[in-house]
Amino acid sequence: MIVAEQKGLDEIKNSLGDAKRVLIVGCGTCVTVCFSGGAKEAAVLGSSLRMSTQIDGQGKDVSEATVQRQCEWEYLDTIRDRVEKADIVLSLGCGVGVQALAEHYPDAVVVPGLNTTFIGLPVEQGVWAERCAACGSCMLGSTGGICPIARCAKQLLNGPCGGSSHGKCEVSVETDCAWQLIYDKLKAQDRLHLLMEIAPPKDWRTGRDGGPRKIVREDLRLPKTSEAPSES
Amino acid sequence: MTAEATQIAGGEAPAINIIAFCCHYCAYAAADLAGSLRIQYPQSVKVVKLPCTGKLDVQLILDAFEHGADGVMVAGCMEGDCHFQQGNFNAKRRVTHTQGLLRQIGIEPERVKMFNMSSAMARRWADAVTVMDETVRQLGPSPLRRHRFKTAHPQGETP
Repeated sequence: MIVAEQKGLDEIKNSLGDAKRVLIVGCGTCVTVCFSGGAKEAAVLGSSLRMSTQIDGQGKDVSEATVQRQCEWEYLDTIRDRVEKADIVLSLGCGVGVQALAEHYPDAVVVPGLNTTFIGLPVEQGVWAERCAACGSCMLGSTGGICPIARCAKQLLNGPCGGSSHGKCEVSVETDCAWQLIYDKLKAQDRLHLLMEIAPPKDWRTGRDGGPRKIVREDLRLPKTSEAPSES
Repeated sequence: MTAEATQIAGGEAPAINIIAFCCHYCAYAAADLAGSLRIQYPQSVKVVKLPCTGKLDVQLILDAFEHGADGVMVAGCMEGDCHFQQGNFNAKRRVTHTQGLLRQIGIEPERVKMFNMSSAMARRWADAVTVMDETVRQLGPSPLRRHRFKTAHPQGETP
């Protein structure tokens, strides 16, 4: 899932400026599961903003709406009336949700309420950790299902650096050395021979270095009007 | 009590609203027992029964303040005695989290507090309400109520 953290109340209030009618838009998918931007978090933030702005004399009119997914046009259509009536839209979606709202409603002023942080998972209740860097060229098959791109600070492809100590990364003693994890896992599975193969330099064009990415699936696209079967 | 709080109350002790979220298995029964035993405690408290303080949600506390509460007390079982194992510990963490939120909002975090007691501790219930009542009276009406008063009486006249 996409993991995000809510911004501080002061930063959010500053981003709202003088806008009077504020619509907080929560998202019912990733940020609901990581407790940063779902219906409940939108309600708490709405309540906090109403009280805070009442105390400092601004008295904003704050309401909330949560859609199933902010990153799909169809769901955003369900709140059109409310978006159009608002002076400003405070998105509690990830960065995709914020941009989807801004793109779908060109006249709306949209500001983010979250800091989108990483693609990860909850390793325990209340603790999330990064697991994927969306590099566009997955190599998990040769590393025992442990990603050196997302979990090694240096994104090394052929074993640990000299900073690995007692299984921990030199960046933080709380961070496991990804290559120690990979070695332990492959050893336990008796697949250490995989490490004998030298991974060539990674082609980073499949990642962010290649610019904004896009996937086109012709088999899933809807036919263009000219190609649609005519009614007889 | 602050001079402003006295002014809001028209020169008399202000009517303080304290919402007590009480666990069905302990504090609610303790409050009931306090009544049966005719133990006196401040009338500022309004009891809301929860099946367990583990049901407590941050939004419940914020709603209370937004709708006029000056203080919120959360009363659960003694630590280690929760009917649902860990409900009171969950509530304790949520109360701490809410105190941080209130600070950001501009409301004194001391206005929300967690208490622990068993169903037999009628005296402790009365003492807890008294402590909370005194704390909130020291702080005066919540900043939200003070603001509403100022808006309604811009010249500073008493209501």
